[in-house]
Amino acid sequence: MRKMRRKGLASMAVQTVASTSTPTVDLGPAAALSCRECGHRVSLGPVFACEECFGPLEIAYDFSAYDTEELRARIEAGPANIWRYAPLLPVPAGVADKPNINPGWTKLVKADNLARELGVTGGLFVKDDSGNPTHSFKDRVVAQALEAARAFGFTTLSCSSTGNLAGAVGAAAARAGFRSCVFIPHDLEQGKIVMAAVYGGELVGIEGNYDDVNRFCSELIGDPAGEGWGFVNVNLRPYYAEGSKTLAYEICEQLGWRLPDQIVIPIASGSQLTKIDKGLKELIELGLVEDRPYKIFGAQAEGCSPVSAAFKAGHDVVRPQKPDTIAKSLAIGNPADGPYVLDIARRTGGAVEDVTDEEVVDAIRLLARTEGIFAETAGGVTVGVTRKLVKAGVLDPTKTTVVLNTGDGLKTLDAVAGTGLTATIRPTLDSFREAGLA
Amino acid sequence: MSVTVRIPTILRTYTGGQAEVAAEGATLAQVIEDLEKNHTGIAARVLDDQGRLRRFVNVYVNDDDVRFEQGLETATPDGAGVSIIPAVAGG
Repeated sequence: MRKMRRKGLASMAVQTVASTSTPTVDLGPAAALSCRECGHRVSLGPVFACEECFGPLEIAYDFSAYDTEELRARIEAGPANIWRYAPLLPVPAGVADKPNINPGWTKLVKADNLARELGVTGGLFVKDDSGNPTHSFKDRVVAQALEAARAFGFTTLSCSSTGNLAGAVGAAAARAGFRSCVFIPHDLEQGKIVMAAVYGGELVGIEGNYDDVNRFCSELIGDPAGEGWGFVNVNLRPYYAEGSKTLAYEICEQLGWRLPDQIVIPIASGSQLTKIDKGLKELIELGLVEDRPYKIFGAQAEGCSPVSAAFKAGHDVVRPQKPDTIAKSLAIGNPADGPYVLDIARRTGGAVEDVTDEEVVDAIRLLARTEGIFAETAGGVTVGVTRKLVKAGVLDPTKTTVVLNTGDGLKTLDAVAGTGLTATIRPTLDSFREAGLA
Repeated sequence: MSVTVRIPTILRTYTGGQAEVAAEGATLAQVIEDLEKNHTGIAARVLDDQGRLRRFVNVYVNDDDVRFEQGLETATPDGAGVSIIPAVAGG
């Protein structure tokens, strides 16, 4: 059996804590929280910002005991959901038996028809996360946050949301027997409101945009009124964010334990993109995939494109924007992980690009027409950006490319509201023929 | 100008656990300077070595994110509420 590669062990030491640190809760291989900016470390707990520099805290792991082939075999024998990767996540042993929504292991669709339309010859795949329990990738991160909430003794699950997260939190709380109270911009798409409210938790509309909702939740968490609440994307954020790593793990395993050459990822806060990169790096360091270059591309809607604008301008900081786009699930004007996205796109030789709302709608229709996949607006953004990058010669059409669809089109029906009947006819064969349908 | 400053949990060690403190100043920079006088050490947590707002700190004067206004030179009118908030994300 092959032992974990030396290089991997050396570089992972950066992420792991000194052996003297003892976590106070059992979250599997998670050993501590480490500041991404200054490296300051604290014990595992419901905190998200570094007390030294305000930088984001993320999970530091101890993977040193793993043997590569034993780990691979353990993963492959695991359940058909994200818990097959439990050895690489901040969750306790036996997580698969706890009441949770068990997302993941969604389809990686070989999109040959779309590839022909776009001129991609090296293999084009759509990672279709609309197949999750509440029809978006958010189930992955919420499932993680729920386990952290359980470990820290919370009984109320909450979040600020652009809609998809609200539904995922409502569903997970219902399954686990938690109270849920989630906050959304009051003018969200009706479909997303229904999909969040149906689980029976409290759903509160805030008069403002997502950034206003986020600010409100950040203040609530520091107030006695929010005491004892697990905000999945605020005080549980270090745990929550790790759920996105499972997209990287699944894509590689579904490709036969192989890295894609290129991957196109939507950007809202930028968290998903940075964690997919983290997941790919972990697989390389653990020896589960071959160590070779990959390129990460970020996708935004033009009406909320602070990261794309910074990338094109050559900046390493992101200037916040006031969002104005139909891609509401990506409408975060002040993306906290934006600077890290810029670093990753540049480090891997990728890019960050944006498309207009019209291009988003056109791309939703293109994906539906070619592959039978009905994407929400965020999926229109990634497919639209992929098309734009291929045309511009930035994305190499001869390489294996994976495009993310992070949500179901049923959530954003308004975007394609003009789609309708081909014809209305009488119930007769003559009428059928007259309409030119024969 | 007298303003009220909301202090995030991770900075309350500097304010004796208080979630809200009073401060003086006509601009955000002056308010932070005044905070430092009464709560030594707090300015270095909010500002970087160059004296700029740290990347992961958001500050609001009333309802306005100062990054959309004049940054540290944003006016802080009498009675204003200033909120210091760690940047978070999600969606």
